[in-house]
Formats: sequence, structure tokens, C-alpha cells
Amino acid sequence: MANVGYSKKVMEHFMNPRNVGVIENPDGYGKVGNPVCGDVMEIFIKVKDDIITDIKFRTFGCGSAIATSSMVTELAKGKHVDEAMRITRGDVASELEGLPPQKMHCSNLAADALHEAIKDYRNKKQQK
Amino acid sequence: MARIYLDHASSMPIDSRVFEFAKPYLMSSHGNPSSLHSVGLEARRAMEEARGKIAEFIHAENENTIIFTGGATEANNLAVKGAALRNITQGKAVVASAIEHMSVLNPMKELQKNGFSFTLIPVDSTGILNLKQLEASITKNTVLTSVMYANNEIGTIEPIREISNIVHEKGLYLHVDAVAAAGRIPIDVQKDGIDLLTLSSNDLYGPSGAGALYVKPGVKLQAVLLGGGQERGLRSGTENVFAIVGMGEAARIASQEMSQESNRLIPIRDKLIKEILSIEQSFLTGHPTQRLPHHASFRFSSIEGESILLNMDMYDIQVSTGSACSSKTLEPSHVLLAIGLKHEEAHGSMVLTLGRSTAMGDVEPVKKATYETVQRLRKLSPLSQEWRK
Repeated sequence: MANVGYSKKVMEHFMNPRNVGVIENPDGYGKVGNPVCGDVMEIFIKVKDDIITDIKFRTFGCGSAIATSSMVTELAKGKHVDEAMRITRGDVASELEGLPPQKMHCSNLAADALHEAIKDYRNKKQQK
Repeated sequence: MARIYLDHASSMPIDSRVFEFAKPYLMSSHGNPSSLHSVGLEARRAMEEARGKIAEFIHAENENTIIFTGGATEANNLAVKGAALRNITQGKAVVASAIEHMSVLNPMKELQKNGFSFTLIPVDSTGILNLKQLEASITKNTVLTSVMYANNEIGTIEPIREISNIVHEKGLYLHVDAVAAAGRIPIDVQKDGIDLLTLSSNDLYGPSGAGALYVKPGVKLQAVLLGGGQERGLRSGTENVFAIVGMGEAARIASQEMSQESNRLIPIRDKLIKEILSIEQSFLTGHPTQRLPHHASFRFSSIEGESILLNMDMYDIQVSTGSACSSKTLEPSHVLLAIGLKHEEAHGSMVLTLGRSTAMGDVEPVKKATYETVQRLRKLSPLSQEWRK
């Protein structure tokens, strides 16, 4: 049978998102999307010895935008930044047991926001 | 908690009286209305009776003005393409309001590709058609103008009689999509000056799979579906007798009960609007008073409509949204953009459409669920911080 609606996992993350919020003075910050398009995601990371020790997000968007943000924070937490950089939209979608085809760009954004936060962390580190 | 279904504009349950009335036409009286034997004639008779009930419901001249179709989308296609193509010698221009249903706008776009001029008339921030612009846009070449009786997404009721006067000064026909309005407010095609009118069975608590197009006597139309010549040649294909008979009965019941039901729903609607507008940064969409009795529509800043819909569903409350994320095209509702909302504003809409199952006691749980939903999603949203500061 074709996928109808969201998977249970998506709904579970939508209703109980992990790692919601803001980190004051983050080591890295990434923001992607645009309110005009209906999706804005921001990710804050705390990093120690290149390991992501804490991560938080805030998202404006549809059910899958919120669920993928939540999932990407779970996938990245505790990982080395190089490893977290390799998390793809496909990883996020498959961890959520799939997304409807027209929603695939949303999960793209969640991974992008994470990558932006890591890039920001690396830039800051170089400047030190 | 019991289910509170507030998406009657999308789909309605069939009235049990309608179902009982029409049931034999699925089973014992299953005849094809085109068959001349007794079983066919029985179906034909029931279908003609339904035609009469629908004609009466909209105060049509006679029952021959009613053409049955497979639904409202088909009726709209027949009205737009049928009228434009049949009257091509009179002119090649069509006009529509900017808030028409896609089943009016898309056929008009197709006509445009085939050499017709197509003009969209804007609406104001409450959804009322700009009559000055309508007047300026209609020429003697305008063979068809289409304006809905009331809008399904924002509930605004259009001044159809004034529109009819303007259209008929220079133009040929006025088509009115009455899917959202029929059964909620009285419609009189003769007094309103309507040439073509679309109705949907399911929106009257009838079965899905039937619609009707009223065609005023003398209005010239050509068929869109060709075949065996049913419905005076205007809609070929064996009729869905069960759905048609049910639609007729649903229209009869609506004629009798509409004013009482609307009077019952208006205070519930108004209470819902008052309670929900007490949420910070919440706004009514559509007209404050020229509004369908069963319709309450809103937008909330900083949150997105599909999330609202999913979150409300967790309370077993079903609502609708004009958000891009819930649509097949990933574009926000053209209706919300037409009333002047920015894209980011149009994303945060919630539409409640009440029905016979709705009671005053529903207001409190709906208000509570809406409060909690908006609060939770705003807490997640990076945008809500901006206006809080």
C-alpha cells in the first residue's frame, strides 16, 4: 500500500519533539528557510573537543518540518562534528520511517540547519 | 473525549433520512434510467422527482433547468467550458473573481491557452468582490463571468444581485458556484439573476458522486463529456441514480430546515469566533458579518497551518487549513493571498466549518484545544519571539 499520511514515528516526534529551545552563547548556530516558504529552522549547538554535547532547535513549519528537526537533533547529539556533517536528508527521513514524497525538502532543511550550525562552529574555531 | 468534526466544507456525512430514502436505488430499484422497461422507468421516475426537488430548492423556473453531473467540479467545468465554447461567436473573453474554486479557474486558464482573454477580478481584505473593477472589466465580448455565491475558505458571501446587474449590462452569462452557500443561505436563481449555478450533493448532506448545474432556460451550452446523450446531451454517461435521488431528498430537507439550522449555528459560530480571537495575534479571515452561518476562519501569526491541523487532530477535532504544506501544489491558498495576506501570514490559517453535529457545548473544548495548540507551536517557533519583544 502507498504511504498515507505521516508515519507513527513522524507523529510521535511532532507531538513530543526532542531538544526544543535555545542555547545561550552557542558554539554554533544555523538558520535556514524563509517564512515566505513556510519553513524556518534554527539549530544551536554546544561543542566540546569537536563532540556535539548539546543541541537545541526551534522550527516554524509543517508536521514534517518539526519532526525532522527533532530527529536531526537526536541523530547529531553526542556525535563528532565531522560525523554529524555527514547526516543527510535521507538519513533523517529513513529514521522517521519515511516521509511523503512532497515533504522531502523539509527534511533536507533540518539537515541543512545542522550543517550550517557546524560550519558556524568551525568558522568561530578558526578565528580563535 | 468525543470527536468534534469541524470540516464540513471538505466532506459531510450523508443524512440518515437521505440514505434510507435513496437506498432502494442501489438495490431493488437499480434500473438504468435510460431503459424502457419497468425497472428502468422506476429509476427514471425517482431521478425526475429529484430534479424537481432541486429546482424548487433554488427557485428555478422548472425542473428541466437542472442537469445532473458527477459532482461540482464537473458542473463547474461544464459551465465554464460549455458556455465559453458554445458562444464563441459572441466573444472570446471570460472573467472570474480571484477567489473562485480551482474547478472554475483551471478551465478558464485552459480557455486562455486556447485564445480566450481571461480576467481575474480582485477582492478586498474581507473577500468582497471589487464591483468597480468588475464593471470596468466586462465588455460585450465577455461570454462568461463566474463569481461564487460564498467562499468555502473564508466564508464571505458575495453581493450576487449587484454582480448580476453589472455582468448583464454588457456581458452574456453569469455563472455562480453555490457549493459552499447552498443549504446555508437561501438561493433564488430568478431573483438573483443567475444564468448557471453549481450545486454539490455532499455539501447538502447528500451522497458523494452527484452534482448539478442549473441552466437558465435559453442559455446556450455545449457538452464537455460526449457519449450516449444523457441529460439533454449535456452530460453523457449513465446517471448515478442513488446519489441523484439522495441529492434531491437532501435538497428537500435543506429547503425545510435551513433557516432553523442556520439560526441554531450562528450563535455557536459567533461564540467560537469571540473565544478564539481572544488568543494573542489571532485574526479572523473573511467578512465579519457577510459570512456563512456555519463558517469560522482564522489565522495565527508565527505558526503553520498543517501543524495546527495535525495538533488539533490529536484532540480528535478535525479542522482545515489553507497552508501550503497541506496542499498538493505546496502553494498557499490563492484565496488567502487574494485577500491581501502575505505568504507567511497565509501559512497560519485554520478553517472551522460547523454542521448538524455541532453543539454549543463544543465551543469550550475547541477553544481549549486551539489555545493549547497555538501555545505549543509558538513555543517551537523561532518567529514568535519577534512580535513578543
